[in-house]
Amino acid sequence: MLIVKDLHAKVEGKEILKGINLEVNPGEVHAIMGPNGSGKSTLANVLAGHENYEVTKGEVSFFGKDLLDMDADVRSKEGLFLSFQYPVEIPGVSMVNFLKTALNEHRKYRGKDELKAGDFLKLMKEKKELVEIDSQLTNRSVNEGFSGGEKKKNEIFQMAMLEPKLAILDETDSGLDIDALRIVAHGVNALKRPDNATIVVTHYQRLLDYIVPDFVHVLYNGRIVKSAGKELAFELEEKGYDWIKKEVGE
Amino acid sequence: MEDQNKLLDKVTKSEYQYGFVTDIDSDALGKGLNEDVVRWISAKKNEPQFMLDFRLKAYRKWLEMEMPDWAYLKIPEIDYQDIIYYSAPKKKKELESLDEVDPELLSTFEKLGIPLEEQKLLAGVAVDAVMDSVSVKTTFKETLAEKGIIFSSFSEAVQEHPDLVQKYLGMAVPSTDNYFAALNAAVFSDGSFVYIPKGVRCPMELSTYFRINAANTGQFERTLIVADDDSYVSYLEGCTAPMRDENQLHAAVVEIIAMDRAEVKYSTVQNWYPGDKNGKGGIYNFVTKRGLCKGESSKIFWNQVETGSAITWKYPSCILLGDNSVAEFNSVAVTNNYQQADTGTKMVHIGKNTKSTIVSKGISAGKSDNSYRGLVRVAPKAENARNFSQCDSLLLGDTCGAHTFPYIEVSNNSSVVEHEATTSKIGEDQIFYCNQRGISTQDAVGMIVNGYAREVINKLPMEFAVEAQKLLQISLEGSVG
Ligand SMILES: Nc1ncnc2c1ncn2[C@@H]1O[C@H](COP(=O)(O)OP(=O)(O)O)[C@@H](O)[C@H]1O
Ligand SMILES: [Mg+2]
Repeated sequence: MLIVKDLHAKVEGKEILKGINLEVNPGEVHAIMGPNGSGKSTLANVLAGHENYEVTKGEVSFFGKDLLDMDADVRSKEGLFLSFQYPVEIPGVSMVNFLKTALNEHRKYRGKDELKAGDFLKLMKEKKELVEIDSQLTNRSVNEGFSGGEKKKNEIFQMAMLEPKLAILDETDSGLDIDALRIVAHGVNALKRPDNATIVVTHYQRLLDYIVPDFVHVLYNGRIVKSAGKELAFELEEKGYDWIKKEVGE
Repeated sequence: MEDQNKLLDKVTKSEYQYGFVTDIDSDALGKGLNEDVVRWISAKKNEPQFMLDFRLKAYRKWLEMEMPDWAYLKIPEIDYQDIIYYSAPKKKKELESLDEVDPELLSTFEKLGIPLEEQKLLAGVAVDAVMDSVSVKTTFKETLAEKGIIFSSFSEAVQEHPDLVQKYLGMAVPSTDNYFAALNAAVFSDGSFVYIPKGVRCPMELSTYFRINAANTGQFERTLIVADDDSYVSYLEGCTAPMRDENQLHAAVVEIIAMDRAEVKYSTVQNWYPGDKNGKGGIYNFVTKRGLCKGESSKIFWNQVETGSAITWKYPSCILLGDNSVAEFNSVAVTNNYQQADTGTKMVHIGKNTKSTIVSKGISAGKSDNSYRGLVRVAPKAENARNFSQCDSLLLGDTCGAHTFPYIEVSNNSSVVEHEATTSKIGEDQIFYCNQRGISTQDAVGMIVNGYAREVINKLPMEFAVEAQKLLQISLEGSVG
């Protein structure tokens, strides 16, 4: 579904991604690991269409369409979801209003009618249970005053509502205690289907105990320097990233 | 001494009557302003002497006044002799029902999203529609009349309740209060009058929609709302003007008087034509609005959403005269393109234990300038007076300006005055977050701005809140991305 070819990207004039190649197929779970500052969030943001990131070279196709040619909201409606490393707060905008607008935009894009208020609330209740999110949270403003863990749960809750084809989870495990981690992972696994895929971005192996990847990629200094099966994650856990740095000759 | 005054009065008045030459049978007046024009308007409206006196006093004072220049506004030269001060739609006869209203007019209201009939049926809102300068239709009067509530055009009130008008007119906004108020007092053509008798809770929201239509017509509306002891009323004012090229002057006056324990809520959605993207055209809106909390424990609330006008000069204020009186000012002001707004409030605490709250949310986009100007004054005898002010500015882009001018004058040391101000930029990350969930940039801006203004929007009556939300979004279209 996703084919990334030789992707280069700049932010504030500085080249961060220096030729990424990646292929993701339906049903797969990919883990992208790497030390801080290696470009993992940059890759996620570039794929999601953040305007601050300038693609200088390369191609990305998503179900055969040119992803880089689409506005960010269109990418979302085409089925790409980003669980943010740092979800922002939007004061005064209620979660209910926000999600209802988002979901209806997705439906409109697919030529479907808007959901009736009753049906929407029912769906929301169902999905809230999946990530065991506090009922009260959805009555509040988007992420406003949420704890770190609540923000991450809220991201997965939104993912559950929008049912993306490709979900990119950027450090969804950071800031979670073990119980929250289990709940979030359970949510992600419950949403897994043969026709969707997940990219899990993390720099700890911990999350991968719960969300088991088919492939593990190591991103270092703007390039994917190593790809293998899930055993690579264990190896990284054991040896640390210095081992990789040596392998790439630094 | 008294006799002497009477004599003087008589002499001066009769003298002026000689100067009165204009033909009162014509429906329109030529351009220009002089004392004869003031007399013509008064005579045209068949006004009693006290009204003519009120107008003339204002006019003579106005001649000596100068246009205020302290606001953060660039106001083009206004030629007051190039304005027509009175025009009335051709009046056929008294209308019994909406069916008799000109279909053209009805369809205009329809386009503005003001389905008169639907409102009448569904919302139970009495509508006093002002087209140009003369009220065309007043509805629901009978229902209101049963409770003794008077809700009519100003001119009708002058004819039918001259004593009430005379008693309260100018009590909150004296005829010579300021340049624009004096101009209004001299030439105002119509407006609304509301009287809520003692102990009566007005069962429905009273609503007036204003609209400018005829070219070159300055609009001078005057509204007087009196809430007698222990009464309550919620009043809605909304206006929108069609596209036009020529700048138009609008100088309205609104006076509210709240007697003992009375409560008045005044909500406005202001959407006068703001001019085009290049700053051409648009309405000049110089409004004087003031509420007098005359009685003890009286309450006045100003809620406003301002999105229109090329230039806005407007400070809905409250004088907290009665002990324990309460006043609030809740405002959202949006400026885009080349719009300029200098708006805010004055809270003057005179009575003991008086309490006022100011929440102002400015939103600027394009090349516009948006200023908050607020005065909180606590008089020496206003023991335990309290004020809290919160003034927030939100910037969209970096070619617009936001300015805050708070003035605080406290002459009583048992009072507490607090002021908070913030300025923020609409976050790219907030917009991206919305985009990532499938919401377009335009909708995202609307959503974020509405969230920012929530506190104020929530104070508006339901049907108005919905309209206001749409307005905020529409007025910021194309301002980001
Ligand atoms: N918006 C930005 N402005 C400036 N520099 C950025 C921005 N985003 C990322 N960078 C830089 O790009 C590099 C990679 O960052 P990031 O993609 O966040 O790494 P990771 O997610 O792997 O920790 C870092 O050096 C970071 O400082
Ligand atoms: Mg990161």
